[in-house]
Amino acid sequence: MTVAIVGAAECDLGVTGAGVLELQVQAVTRALADAGLSLADVDGLATNNVGRFSTNEVADQLGLRPAWVDSTFVGGSAFEAYVGRAVQAIEAGQAQVVVISYASNQRSARSRSLGGVLEEHLPMAQFETPYGPLYPLSFYAMAASAYLHRYGLGREHLAAVAVSAREWALRNPAAYRYGAGPLTVDEVLAAPVISSPLGSADCCLVTDGGGAIVLTSAERARDLRSAPVRVLGYGEATGHATMATPDDILDTGAAASGAAAFARAGLGPDDVDVAQVYDSFTITPLLSLEALGLAEPGQAGVLAAEGAFAPGGDRPLNTSGGGLSYCHPGQYGVLLLVEAVRQLRGECGDRQVAGAEVAVAHGTGGILSHHATVLLGVDR
Amino acid sequence: MSHDALKQVGAVEGYVPPEDALTAPWWAATREHRLLLQACETCGSRQHHPRHVCTSCGATSLGWTSSAGAGVLDAVTVVHRPPRPDLQAPYVVARVRLDDGPVLLSSVVGTGALGAAIGDRVALTWRDLSDGRALPVFELEED
Repeated sequence: MTVAIVGAAECDLGVTGAGVLELQVQAVTRALADAGLSLADVDGLATNNVGRFSTNEVADQLGLRPAWVDSTFVGGSAFEAYVGRAVQAIEAGQAQVVVISYASNQRSARSRSLGGVLEEHLPMAQFETPYGPLYPLSFYAMAASAYLHRYGLGREHLAAVAVSAREWALRNPAAYRYGAGPLTVDEVLAAPVISSPLGSADCCLVTDGGGAIVLTSAERARDLRSAPVRVLGYGEATGHATMATPDDILDTGAAASGAAAFARAGLGPDDVDVAQVYDSFTITPLLSLEALGLAEPGQAGVLAAEGAFAPGGDRPLNTSGGGLSYCHPGQYGVLLLVEAVRQLRGECGDRQVAGAEVAVAHGTGGILSHHATVLLGVDR
Repeated sequence: MSHDALKQVGAVEGYVPPEDALTAPWWAATREHRLLLQACETCGSRQHHPRHVCTSCGATSLGWTSSAGAGVLDAVTVVHRPPRPDLQAPYVVARVRLDDGPVLLSSVVGTGALGAAIGDRVALTWRDLSDGRALPVFELEED
């Protein structure tokens, strides 16, 4: 693969009071500055969540006339999917410099609803919403119930994921929970249950935030200011929309996404030095890690409880603090990529994984509906 | 039995969108407390929710068959923070794997509902809506 990520940045995070276009501009201009490029260099744009015509709006705001855009809307994993399509666009010559960006002011705008959005013409509205599931939370809760039941594990195995995320966040000054102090398994278990077995501390943050990455050819990347991070592989998979559709609730489709990415990269799970895996809820990365082959079935929860994913563990996971303790702006996928890039550049300070050369960023969208995997590596 | 145990948990009537051309037969049957499943006229596969195509073979000619209404809990959650004011928490949301094949999202109601667990056998019952339709819900089978 001949494409590299040459810029990465966050917009303001947390509670910003800013509008979504202001945050988008922050993300894009900071990522371009990180790359040593300017808006005039950009001819490809992938984003969503701004309006009905998101790429039109962001191009208009930035004064761009991109030759390639993508606004695929599949949940928080869209940004990993954009990487695959951006690689294809750059390799095909349709674009030279692609920006992938995202921003949300959902916390400041108080726009998040526990029940989700009712789309009356879709099957869920007639056949599932009447029963009062939280969307997406109750689906992940049911998946968690099935995971714990199938493998004989307990809520403490889920809680360990939140504890690990907090330990990383304490090392990341940009994290929402930086300075909040450590979290214990008992505290996670004592938090109010929202949709069993998930309690409030099993659920990601609701914050503003976002970020952007910049991609170009590996050849051009070598002339830019930051150390290039190569895209080694990508894959994606789409599954269901309703909660009843998957025959096996634990067979999410992530395995196909991961397998495609590893095959393109010519790598296997043992080659991954640091993992950024979407943690909308504590159950989410456990299922994804197993699907990616980074843990055996039923073992990701055990590894979490053993501290393998925490600082000092042998399988560092979500080193920013993740959606659970760093930032979750509705769709978190772009920030998985930002952190993976920073780890591979060795920029992560107290939370740096020593010698990290290969990173995986794995996004999960909807109700375990869409999965996209990106493998990144240092430029050799 | 305590008042709390008698109190109905599970689906409480809120707004249920109207049926459409595809789903009208399914909702009409609920008025008689019959649970329909879509059945493919080509390959015989049963599916739920109703679709315009058979997801097993791709045929577009689909009819209806009645479910016996027995099944097993496949995944369970107890919701403690309801998304709508018409719902009284806690209540159970669960996936029910029907003996007839398909999986439904539903509620477990009645005695012991809040203790419902994966693998429990359940039987169909109904919650009537004020417009004459009804929602299929499930009760735990007694041992």
